[in-house]
Amino acid sequence: MHRVWAMIERDLRRFRRSPVLVLVSIFVPLVQLVILGYAFGGKVKNLQIGVLNEDHHLPSIRLQEMFQAVAANAQTFVTIPYSNRAAALADLKDGRLNGVLEIPPEFSRKSLDGGSPQIGLAEDNTDPFSSSAVEAVLNELMPVYNGPVVGPRASSQATLEVVEVYPYVPYIQYLLAGTVVLAIFVSAMIGGGIIFIDDKARGLHEGYLVTPITKFELILGFNLAGTLKAVIAGVVLITLGSLIAGVPHPLDPLRLARMFVLVVLTSLALISLMFLLMVRVNDPLVPRAIFGMLNTVLYFPSGAVYPTQSFPPWMKCIAAVDPFTYAVHGFKQLILKDGTLLAIRQDLFFLALFALVSMVLGTLLFRRTL
Amino acid sequence: MAVIEVRDLVKRFGEFTAVDHLSFSVGQGEILGLLGPNGAGKSTLIRMLTTLMTPTSGQAMVNGYDVVREAGKVRGTIGVIPQAMTSDLELSAWENLVIFAKLHGLGRDQRRQVIRDLLRDVDLEPWADKPVRMFSGGMRRRMEIARGLVHQPRLFFLDEPTTGLDPVSRVAVWEMLARLRASRGLTILITTHYMDEADKLCDRIAIVDHGRLAALDSPLRLKASVPGRNILEVSFAGVKPDWADTLRQLPDVADVHAEETVFRIFSQNGPRTTLALIEASRTAGVSITSLAVQSTSLDDVFVHYTGRQLRDGLQEPGAAESPYLFKR
Repeated sequence: MHRVWAMIERDLRRFRRSPVLVLVSIFVPLVQLVILGYAFGGKVKNLQIGVLNEDHHLPSIRLQEMFQAVAANAQTFVTIPYSNRAAALADLKDGRLNGVLEIPPEFSRKSLDGGSPQIGLAEDNTDPFSSSAVEAVLNELMPVYNGPVVGPRASSQATLEVVEVYPYVPYIQYLLAGTVVLAIFVSAMIGGGIIFIDDKARGLHEGYLVTPITKFELILGFNLAGTLKAVIAGVVLITLGSLIAGVPHPLDPLRLARMFVLVVLTSLALISLMFLLMVRVNDPLVPRAIFGMLNTVLYFPSGAVYPTQSFPPWMKCIAAVDPFTYAVHGFKQLILKDGTLLAIRQDLFFLALFALVSMVLGTLLFRRTL
Repeated sequence: MAVIEVRDLVKRFGEFTAVDHLSFSVGQGEILGLLGPNGAGKSTLIRMLTTLMTPTSGQAMVNGYDVVREAGKVRGTIGVIPQAMTSDLELSAWENLVIFAKLHGLGRDQRRQVIRDLLRDVDLEPWADKPVRMFSGGMRRRMEIARGLVHQPRLFFLDEPTTGLDPVSRVAVWEMLARLRASRGLTILITTHYMDEADKLCDRIAIVDHGRLAALDSPLRLKASVPGRNILEVSFAGVKPDWADTLRQLPDVADVHAEETVFRIFSQNGPRTTLALIEASRTAGVSITSLAVQSTSLDDVFVHYTGRQLRDGLQEPGAAESPYLFKR
């Protein structure tokens, strides 16, 4: 075991001299957390909607006021009045508007006569997020417009009452779980991928191979040293990220202790995966070249940014074997629901098993000779 | 008793034979130099003896242990300086040595004493705490030599330890190796390109070419084995086809090697042959464009046994430098 410690000591001494690795692995995901968290913000807001009222009678004015109420409260869109149809459509085509609402000249007359009045929405459907948000708001608005001004005393219509089990979760908090895993992954990628292969290419490993250290001790030393650095990155990010994202009770010791267990197992799983991928690689360009691809293949199918339930079957298969999936799920439970370790036991078990299998395979594939 | 015993050792990389049925032994306290052109198989041989490569066939015993079956025991008893500079640049000299001492299982007290002694022996004591990245090439090599000796082995392998060093650093490394050998009773197997290094440092020299042993003896005997005590290297203009035969007729000439217009004349009496050569050229109407007379050196021995052709050509991946290494 003293040889394993020697390998760990070597890495930690190097890290003390040059802590760039952990700083980079924390900084990049933190920037992503803040930018993505606030960029998406959970709800679409402030879309530019032109309103072309060609009617100007009472029903159309009531409808226009309802649009303005949405602009003032939900802020999904702001309304911009237009008097010229061609000008409104030109602005829509030029991208200055996300949509144009047209209230035609006969709207009020048809409303009062009991006919079928229609309003038109010309939308920029090249941006599906914006167009579906506007459609959703208008679809909610129209039944309200069509309903009676004074409701009946007793209603037999079924209604839905939503009960939110947890406090409101801003998108930045939703992203935090994936960001912590990403920080650990970046640390694993740099420490277990790039630096490992650079050391090999510089001949450092040749020096170790002529000492009595065994294959397993060498792999275990590399893995544990990498895990320690990834744990530092993970712990710093979970603490800083919780403070930035406004997670409740970010410094609660029990909560931090639970997080620590998950950070350790996630780090071990991702470092072991990295060594398994790099064990036969000699070219220093390889880890750099596959960094982006690995990031995409592991991060996005994990549910870090989008629910896995809506994935196509082939992507669900990737998610099922992706250690990111279990780590992200575990962190979401701990961060968003203040869950216990018992609640994430399946995630912990998978990560531990994944680390063990990867390390055994890595040891089997590792060549003690050149 | 032989510290290294190599019998019929072969290493093939596909169709390419890097080491071809090599047999030799190295005695206790001896310095054996391996000389040979690029791609001759020297590094492959040293990697097999240090357990970094597995032989295709044959047997090698190091310190009484088989390099294949008892590789772990071999590693515990040898010091190795690979061809590449393999020190950890971010760590200090002291830290580099501490890590390797721990890998060899040295206890704390022993470790401190051994490292202090070694850093003094390689003249790096004042820079013990400085990061190795600040060291010159020579300092790094000396630090690596100390690192290879941290577990106090009696057998030391050095693969081209002075390649890339400036002349002053090279001399410093030689002197240090000679000192360490005397003070620690080391047996050393060293590969080198530098004939002067081999001449001064080695008790015996093995000339390896095409993976085979071309010659193995002391530097003095190897020099004596080359015909002639002097070598005249002469370039001519307007030579005739039978000019080499004419040169062989000159007094005291032992042998003549001709390559295009350059002739190497091995003579037992340089001055007498030179005078006769000038006379013969004048008589035959052949112009001498350059003439140099020298005593037999290891360079001549090397050329005599390996030829003068450049060894350009592709090598099998495993036979070249380590796949791990950047070219220096």
